[in-house]
Amino acid sequence: MSERRYRVTIEVNGVERQAEVPARLTLVDLLRDELGLTGTHVGCEHGVCGACSVMLDGEPVRSCCMFAVQADGSRVTTVEGLEQDAGKLSVLQQAFCDGHGLQCGYCTPGMLIAAQGLLDTTPDPTDAQIRDAIGGNLCRCTGYQQIVDSIKLAVARLDGRSR
Amino acid sequence: MKAAAFEYQRAESVEQACAALAEHGFDAKLIAGGQSLVPMMAMRLARPALLIDINRIAELTTSSEHGDHAVLGACARQQSVKQDQRLAARVPMLRAALAWVGHIQTRNRGTIGGSLAHADPSAELPLAACVLDARIVLRKKGSTRTVAGADFFVAPMQTAAETDECLTEVHWPLWGEQRVGCAFDEVSARHGDFAMVAAAAQVQTGEDGRCTRAAFGLGGVDAVPRAFPDLAARLVGSALAAQDIEAAANTAAGEIEPGEDLHASAAYRRHLARVLVTRVLSVARDRSRVSGANAQ
Ligand code: FES
Ligand code: FES
Repeated sequence: MSERRYRVTIEVNGVERQAEVPARLTLVDLLRDELGLTGTHVGCEHGVCGACSVMLDGEPVRSCCMFAVQADGSRVTTVEGLEQDAGKLSVLQQAFCDGHGLQCGYCTPGMLIAAQGLLDTTPDPTDAQIRDAIGGNLCRCTGYQQIVDSIKLAVARLDGRSR
Repeated sequence: MKAAAFEYQRAESVEQACAALAEHGFDAKLIAGGQSLVPMMAMRLARPALLIDINRIAELTTSSEHGDHAVLGACARQQSVKQDQRLAARVPMLRAALAWVGHIQTRNRGTIGGSLAHADPSAELPLAACVLDARIVLRKKGSTRTVAGADFFVAPMQTAAETDECLTEVHWPLWGEQRVGCAFDEVSARHGDFAMVAAAAQVQTGEDGRCTRAAFGLGGVDAVPRAFPDLAARLVGSALAAQDIEAAANTAAGEIEPGEDLHASAAYRRHLARVLVTRVLSVARDRSRVSGANAQ
């Protein structure tokens, strides 16, 4: 049986992308497998780990918990879209490097999206707000402390700006 | 883990969604925020042949007030409800419950109606709806009915909604903003997880500090969230002193039949029930005596 396909148009990192997708294709699989944006990671595929976090119309969501066809007409930002200019890390991304906010890096795209989502609404967050913002993201390496420190480093460097 | 194949329809209106449900019935499923349904489909615990997407139906995201209740559209996102200052003042229980629900990524998609329709026995919003006895509006092709919160949840993951019905609105009773306090508390393995036991309470006190209205309940201790309207009625007229509250908590803890699992024994759940009911009633009482205390 050939599966019905649905045409979707999604703005991904500022570029309009089109695809023909079966309804069951998740947004993360579209991003990674069809559009080649492998920065977004898939950990659990059922909404537990947060590795697949992307921004949907500016807000962090789990891209394994929605189907690509549902994102038709939306704006998606992945970790690749956080860079400042082509190839240049954002202040937040650089702070993760400098602050040892990652070890294996598996959770990192999700952490960066969650942290960016926080900074977009709260440029000067408290420690509790930082911990709350990354509360839905699992990291098996760092013990979280360096991730919190890296976000704080970014906040200090941004000095009231969000990006 | 990939979902089984299905067809997809985006409904533009409630009528369209209901017509599709009427046509496909049991084989079809509505999808709102999808934060429970998509994982269930990934694990193949759910295999609908047709998914009817109600996310973009504008009328399902509105909120308004009618007389003694606030009307919240089923597809209102949990995060936007959590941030809504007016709602926080009018129905403080919503923000109090949502403080425990999921994470930013799930609340940005998850909806109020979706959480109720999913009916996890330890989820926070079903408990809030039960305690306040919110009215749940179900629409199907040609008719609409309203079910009381206390009757809506029938078993774990099972509600009074028929397969051809769409949950469209939730009516939250307004208690007024004066001398009303509410509290929600729970114990879970990690914040954002479903609760081992959750408790919610709302009380109103008079000028003399005595209780004029009360409601409380427990989640995670039974097949469905439990409200205790009779025990709450007994608190009315009392000073809500420590012994009044403890008596209510002890009786409630004695009435439940909690299950056991890997995370908690029945005895531990019963203990939590007693402690948490005591706590939420005490906090709700204190908040009712300080104006603006609910909105923290
Ligand atoms: S892969 Fe999406 S939450 Fe784990
Ligand atoms: S750096 Fe390895 S999982 Fe977070």
